[in-house]
Amino acid sequence: MDLRELYQEVILDHGKDPRNHRFPEPHNREGRGYNPLCGDKITLRLQLDGDTVTDIGFIGQGCAISQASCSTMTEAIKGMTLTEVEALFSKFHTMVTSDEGSDDLDALGKLAVFAGVREFPMRVKCATLGWHTLNQALRNGSGEATTE
Amino acid sequence: MSQVTPVSASRPTAFDAQQVREDFPALHQEVHGKPLVYLDTAATSLRPQSVIDAVSDVYARDCANIHRAVHLLSQRATARFEEAREKVRAFLNAEKKSEVVFTRGTTEAINLVAQSWGRAYLREGDEVLVTELEHHSNIVPWQILCQQTGATLVVVPMTDRGEVLREAFEEELSDRTRLVALAHVSNALGTVLPVADLISLAHERGAVVLLDGAQAVSHVEVDVRALGCDFYAFSGHKLYGPTGIGVLYGKERLLESMPPYQGGGDMIRSVTFEETIYNDVPYKFEAGTPNIAGAIGLGAAIDYFTSFDVPAMHAHEDAVLRYATDALGSIEGVRLIGTAPGKVSALSFLMDAAHPHDIGTIVDSEGVAIRTGHHCAQPVMEHFGIAATARASLGMYNTTDDIDALVGALQKVQELFG
Repeated sequence: MDLRELYQEVILDHGKDPRNHRFPEPHNREGRGYNPLCGDKITLRLQLDGDTVTDIGFIGQGCAISQASCSTMTEAIKGMTLTEVEALFSKFHTMVTSDEGSDDLDALGKLAVFAGVREFPMRVKCATLGWHTLNQALRNGSGEATTE
Repeated sequence: MSQVTPVSASRPTAFDAQQVREDFPALHQEVHGKPLVYLDTAATSLRPQSVIDAVSDVYARDCANIHRAVHLLSQRATARFEEAREKVRAFLNAEKKSEVVFTRGTTEAINLVAQSWGRAYLREGDEVLVTELEHHSNIVPWQILCQQTGATLVVVPMTDRGEVLREAFEEELSDRTRLVALAHVSNALGTVLPVADLISLAHERGAVVLLDGAQAVSHVEVDVRALGCDFYAFSGHKLYGPTGIGVLYGKERLLESMPPYQGGGDMIRSVTFEETIYNDVPYKFEAGTPNIAGAIGLGAAIDYFTSFDVPAMHAHEDAVLRYATDALGSIEGVRLIGTAPGKVSALSFLMDAAHPHDIGTIVDSEGVAIRTGHHCAQPVMEHFGIAATARASLGMYNTTDDIDALVGALQKVQELFG
């Protein structure tokens, strides 16, 4: 088990200094995410114009993995259509949860730094909290996603 | 019925933790290629070989249901189960064996009191008093009870060191207080509550007192008659015994005045469709086939525990705790949460450099097992304005070497995150 596989420089950087750590104005979607096991909390707001995410930001507190994952997610999906977001989430989810890992790391771009999470099952929920929150915001427009 | 024979005469009076480690097979393994350093006894203790053997022996030899059949295996299983009850009685210094009810654990014991005693005796306007440092299992059962009865849950605040002061307790106590439910020792902070004092105050107001002893039984002396508590709850797995077994001690007159908690086999004397006559205490509260091997394993754990000079064991743990407090306190960027004088076992802490979850993963990669999270005590976290802590907690087998390993692992955290 190599910790550097988990705590890559990009993750440490985004964990310490999350990007888009603000609420965008205007916004028309909000999601709140909560991991009851560790207390990590995220509030995510975004502006959806037609089916394109034109702006997104979040305020949260939690471990380096959850904060970095949310931070890199906001960078990755800004400007994407809902279909593209869904496809990316699916690839991300496969990368961090499947036994084989991802066969499509290139498509994940910077998000590929989370590939090491797969080796740390207890931390998968940290890495996916932001994504579940996004999913919930896009589906319901508001409400709370939990990892449980 | 066999009496518990103290075998401490066969042990040296000084406590030798190095020697003790030989009794715990789980300690002798590597995790992630490093020797295991187990600092999570507050979550669950490891088990000595004698407990593992006792449980295994039940299934290998005395594998039968209890209180039922006339065959020899059942007689042996019943005898050993009831011997375990006597060992618990002696351990707690309860007056009678009938005051010892076996449960699944502390949580079930507290729920039993809430649903049986509480629903029978609480009315709208009555108050249930708890403290701010309780584990969720000593909060939620009372919330449910209050919803059912219209009683009110009243919370005694703690200080910023994590203490519950007599004055604060007196402030919240009133003539409406019917039940007081207190941690004997805080699981998140290690605070030892001044329970003897608080119990007498509560009794002056006529309130019934339950102590949640989950974290106390292995770290402080428990004598229910000296304490004077009405109920005492604890779990086997925090006393080096099996999971899935626990104890509710209750004063006999209280247990007798309470309706059953669950209905089923073993808790009855006779059943017709018109009327059921309940069994005597404690069997009235032990519906269904119990955790027989668990109870016998708990008996073995008590035998093991009391074979030591217990005050010497506690002095050893205290010395390791003081060493750990100094060692962690001297690391820059580490903040201890819970600094009550006289605390035991648990060291909750935060690091400027990293979130508790990240600390937990990194020290695990060094072979060091600690707990991270809110420790099922979210009001405690809220008091300190935090979501989680890292917590190292001690058992009889921990030594200063374990603390040195933790400190080394925390240096890795700082290297990675600093």
